[in-house]
Amino acid sequence: MEQKATLLSTIRGYLYILPALIILMVFHVYPILKSLDMSFYTSFNFIHNVVYARGLDNFYYIFNDSEFWLALRNTFIFVFGVVPISISISLVIAVMLNSISAFSKLFRSIYFTPFVTSTVAIAMVWRWIYHSRYGVLNNILTYVGFSPVAWVTDPDWAMVSLIILSIWQSLGYNIIIFLAGLQNINKQHYYAAQIDGASSLRRFFHITIPMLSPTIFFVSIMSVISAFKVFEEVYALFDKRPGPLYSCYTIVYYIYDKFANKYQYGIASAAVFVLLIIIMSLTLLQLYIGKRKVYYT
Amino acid sequence: MKKEVFNKTITYFFLIAGGLIIIFPFFWMVSTSLKTIQEVHRMPPLIFPVSFVWKNYPAVIEMIPFSRYFINSVIVMVVTTGSTVITSILSAFAFSRLKFWGRDVVFSMFLATLMVPGEVLLIPNFVTISRLGWINSYQALIVPWLIGVFAVFLLRQYFLSIPEELYYAAKIDGCRDFKYLWYIMVPLAKPALVSITLLKAIFNWNGFLWPLIVTNSPEMRTLPVGLAVLTSEAGSRYHLMMAATTMAIIPMVILYFVLQKHIIEGISRTGIKG
Repeated sequence: MEQKATLLSTIRGYLYILPALIILMVFHVYPILKSLDMSFYTSFNFIHNVVYARGLDNFYYIFNDSEFWLALRNTFIFVFGVVPISISISLVIAVMLNSISAFSKLFRSIYFTPFVTSTVAIAMVWRWIYHSRYGVLNNILTYVGFSPVAWVTDPDWAMVSLIILSIWQSLGYNIIIFLAGLQNINKQHYYAAQIDGASSLRRFFHITIPMLSPTIFFVSIMSVISAFKVFEEVYALFDKRPGPLYSCYTIVYYIYDKFANKYQYGIASAAVFVLLIIIMSLTLLQLYIGKRKVYYT
Repeated sequence: MKKEVFNKTITYFFLIAGGLIIIFPFFWMVSTSLKTIQEVHRMPPLIFPVSFVWKNYPAVIEMIPFSRYFINSVIVMVVTTGSTVITSILSAFAFSRLKFWGRDVVFSMFLATLMVPGEVLLIPNFVTISRLGWINSYQALIVPWLIGVFAVFLLRQYFLSIPEELYYAAKIDGCRDFKYLWYIMVPLAKPALVSITLLKAIFNWNGFLWPLIVTNSPEMRTLPVGLAVLTSEAGSRYHLMMAATTMAIIPMVILYFVLQKHIIEGISRTGIKG
């Protein structure tokens, strides 16, 4: 019954994929190539789509631009601030959810809610929570005896505020993925360990963590990638500014700033190129190492 | 036995504490949205408003073109989601059942675009849209997102799990491809279709960077963009700001709680993230 492709079946096949293919080519494939090309445009009239000169100047520019290094530095601080904490908390919550039967689904739904929420809208809510005078967080802090903090206006605290918001927001996704991973662990390992008298802490570190390592690796890479792309949270939390004194100026903010505020398309594209290299390396790392690190039962 | 009860208590204690932290911003948003300005500036803050000031909602709807933002968001969401579902069904069917030259190459190209972060598309697509004269139009907000590569991928996997014998049996009975797709494959793939629809709708509703860049007049803004510029109008009137964010967030939260099974399954099966 195996059929071979013929001219007729080929025409028919392409008719089925045609609508998707057109949009894909124009708005998803062409722009990737165009973006790489644009990073070399040094003189360009985008209204008439004429390129007068190409070169490496954009890359010289960004690598000598202190703002770009600041953006890279802030992004790295953000990634290292969010990812380890978020993953540890979500792993513990996932293990707890996996161990209970009553209300497990309800808790899962609650923890996941921030994921379906508009980032811009909820960041504005957090800005209100962080309000230095009337904000509920500072009022709680003063109540328990700490001194209030200017969460979103103090350059030293702005990044902390951003990190707290992002951890709060990222838990749900990580928990869902961890739960799926936990459900695949064979219960026999736990029974065996329990009979041998292993404590719950030892079961966690010697069964759960190793058996879950491929999932932990996957979640880590996904979290790092999305943390590298942070923008909306910054934009909304600090009211259209990259934090006080550029304290939360990230790579995507840099791209946005150069492109939408300063109309430096070539320079913005060069920064996109750097972001692409970082993210593609992480993706490839996931694809190759992720496959090899699987533990078989 | 005693130890087990103790462990359970600790577990529930932490889960409830964590759950409260997750819910709190939502609660605080709704509570603030129902306060008067004096109550908003009350110290220490009131947990609940003294009397519910529902008129904050009409007030903010009148202060900013809220209904316009809302309608724009709905239009963009409905059209892009509908189109994504239809185009994905057609392409997933072709990729999973039909034999044609270059099929695997074209499919790999679809997959390759998944690895590239969306930020890469921003500048060239903006240039394309400006050259088409589409800045500040529904076309700009809609056309690039008429398809979902991830949806094609997910649905193809699903279609592949449906026994191929069904297809050949139908063919022998004289069933045309299109009829087979519509009456057999689509009903069988309903769970996957529901997941695709919901995820696309959510991501589209919350999408921000693209609408921010291709719109500059209030009439074309979507809700998230409209909210982001709200501070210039609302200033420090946080009760009004919270009323606006409540109206932007609540529709998706309700949709999520009603259909959460499909949303969470879609995520846990595929690991898709925005």
